[in-house]
Amino acid sequence: MIDFINSIILLLNFIIIPGISYGSQLALGALGVTFVYAILRFANFAHGEIMSFGAMITILFTWYFQSQNIGLGILPTALLALPIGIIATIILCIISDKFVFQYYRYQKSVPVVLAMVSIGVMFVINAIIRIIIGTETIKFSDGQKFILKAKQFKLMTGLNEGLALKSSQVITILITILLLTFTFWFLQKTKTGKSMRAFSDNEDLALLSGINPDRVVFTTWIIVGVLACVAGTLYGLDKSYKPIIYLNLVLPIFASAIVGGIGSPFGAVVGGYVIAFSEIMVTYAYKKFFVYLLPSSIEPTGLVQLLSTDYKFAVSFSILVIVLLIRPSGIFKGRVL
Amino acid sequence: MMKFERYEWLAITIMIFLFIFVGFIQGWSVSLVILNMCIISAIMTMGVNISWGYAGVINFGVMGFLAMGGLAAVLVSYPPIAESWHAGGRGLGISFVLLVVLVIAVMYINKTVIQKRNRYILNSLIIFFGILIIRHFYLNATHNIEDVNPAIAGFLGGLGLPIIFSWIVGGLFAGGVAFVIGKVALGLRSDYLAIVTLGISEIVVSVLKHEEWLSRGVKNVIGLKRPVPYEIDLQNADWFINLVTYLNSSKLNNIIDVSDRQQVLNNLIIDGSGIFVKLSYAILFLIVMLIIFYFANKAQLSPWGRMMRAIRDNETAANAMGKDVVKQHLIIFVIGAAIVGVAGAMLVTLDGLFTPSGYRPLRFTFIIWIMVIVGGSGNNLGAIFGGFVIWFSWIEAAPLTTFIINQLTVGLEPTNALKLHLLDSVPYFRYLFMGLILLLILRYRPKGIIPEKVRHS
Repeated sequence: MIDFINSIILLLNFIIIPGISYGSQLALGALGVTFVYAILRFANFAHGEIMSFGAMITILFTWYFQSQNIGLGILPTALLALPIGIIATIILCIISDKFVFQYYRYQKSVPVVLAMVSIGVMFVINAIIRIIIGTETIKFSDGQKFILKAKQFKLMTGLNEGLALKSSQVITILITILLLTFTFWFLQKTKTGKSMRAFSDNEDLALLSGINPDRVVFTTWIIVGVLACVAGTLYGLDKSYKPIIYLNLVLPIFASAIVGGIGSPFGAVVGGYVIAFSEIMVTYAYKKFFVYLLPSSIEPTGLVQLLSTDYKFAVSFSILVIVLLIRPSGIFKGRVL
Repeated sequence: MMKFERYEWLAITIMIFLFIFVGFIQGWSVSLVILNMCIISAIMTMGVNISWGYAGVINFGVMGFLAMGGLAAVLVSYPPIAESWHAGGRGLGISFVLLVVLVIAVMYINKTVIQKRNRYILNSLIIFFGILIIRHFYLNATHNIEDVNPAIAGFLGGLGLPIIFSWIVGGLFAGGVAFVIGKVALGLRSDYLAIVTLGISEIVVSVLKHEEWLSRGVKNVIGLKRPVPYEIDLQNADWFINLVTYLNSSKLNNIIDVSDRQQVLNNLIIDGSGIFVKLSYAILFLIVMLIIFYFANKAQLSPWGRMMRAIRDNETAANAMGKDVVKQHLIIFVIGAAIVGVAGAMLVTLDGLFTPSGYRPLRFTFIIWIMVIVGGSGNNLGAIFGGFVIWFSWIEAAPLTTFIINQLTVGLEPTNALKLHLLDSVPYFRYLFMGLILLLILRYRPKGIIPEKVRHS
């Protein structure tokens, strides 16, 4: 029995908790991509850089607050700087829309051209970030690092396996729940949200019923800015901030959005968790788990690992390809907000 | 033979003058280094241009195809390592045979078992256990191979042939991978296809990075043989010394002192050998580029090229006219990828080393796409021009930025924090330039600098 509890704790510690927090970050990112896709109808390659930009502004203000000795006690100072980062990200989104994307929207360009344009925007934001903050790895989490340490847990319960709970993971999960609830409430209950859904469903019909497209687009960029900045900051808080990581993060985010059904917000969230869990589960070595569960005579000798951790990244794409082959519209039928 | 318009001649002249300019300002060696990379970039760009410009098939997997070309260069030119073959060759052979058996079994099941549910169950069972068995042989074999002298070998090596063959093999490798990708993904809409190809190219590179028995992975393969002479051999060759003496005879004759003259001659020979090597590379690359350019143009003007344009401009209509759109898309995707693969093999040949971790999407996919868009998709000369101009500005962005920053901050003290920070981040300004160039071109000249010629007949 003890062995069974131990094995469960093991999974909880190494798969479920990291999976949920990584999945939350992906879900927020994928939700942003999905919003752009559903309303503006293009694949936004710049999304990773927008996330990175938000995280960068948050870091800059975190440093400022730290130098002024303003803090939140046990919570990381970054939470205090997050609202400023969000505002800056929204401004960035709206500027990029006004100066770049708007023109092509009015021209009714094909989605591929807009995707190319977003690559240009990606390069520009990428350069701005590197010029301002460089390419070094930055750790900016402060306050209390762990809510529950592995050692404490072992002492408390007397089990062999420890369970560590990082505060950044708990913060990630809480903020994600908060933000998702708000987004879905906004989409379902408010008038603006309903007009956005109408716009994404049938643009011409929405225009005929007097919905102002500029307003819808404006609101979309605000939501995208909030989601991107929060996702970027949470990822940086949980792992560490490095500009290049966000470029690599674009691919799992796209994978999440497409797997869930691009254009469907609920699908994006589910896709985020699907990708995160499969990345972690496929590359985890289950040896210890089986050692606890099986009698010692048939214990596995190898690591019992499906794929080495080097291929973490490839997993999300294999899933993407499989989903596109079997069910091209994603798990939840996409294209409608 | 094709005829160039006046603005096309202008573009060619500008390109030539840029290199002469750099030659005089920064030295001929720098100029030739840039030229070599420009030619390779131009070939990559032509590869992408063939699939995107001719047929509208998007290919964001450039990085993966380049890496396949690079792998070909290693596998063709590196001398075989007998010990590794001895250690793991049999295991690899067995796992390969088993893999073929597995694939055949799956195909057989797909053909014979009609009920869908049974088919899925049978397939997953066979694949699961098949992979378990294959893994057993495979992991043992690769482990043994990687243990053979890991500091300098630890992989299978290659065939030991001249590296120049790898240019063709690289094309075949990349084309083969493209065939598989195309079979899987080409039915998708263009922006999905972009994301999928981008992702698959990441998978290709991560396989090369981590399968050490094949490509030595992150340990890199160095010291690949060259198709051109080495500097040190040139410096000792009589004919080369005579050539340098002959070319610089007027300069040398002016120096009266014998030891001084010998000194100057030695320096000239050392410089000259470097330039000679780069020039030989440039000539080889130029030949390949012109061959590809010739055939690409021929193909574009042929009935096949017309059909491709028809498919690009109106897929439904082309389909209704009886053109097999899916098949043609696959063909052109494979051709484009193969040309990119040739460029990948040339790239590794030029560097003399293969570094799988060096393949990054920003540098090897997105920049190439900027070249295509800027040059003008659908026009081969435009593709070459785009490759030249963008690579040129990519390299020359750094000195230019340093110059601009120094001019702008001329009033500030040399120790000013802002000035120092800006000068530190000079390398990142090139991304800014690239992004701005792309945005400006897409806005004000969406068909590129040298647009596709619309032919009415």
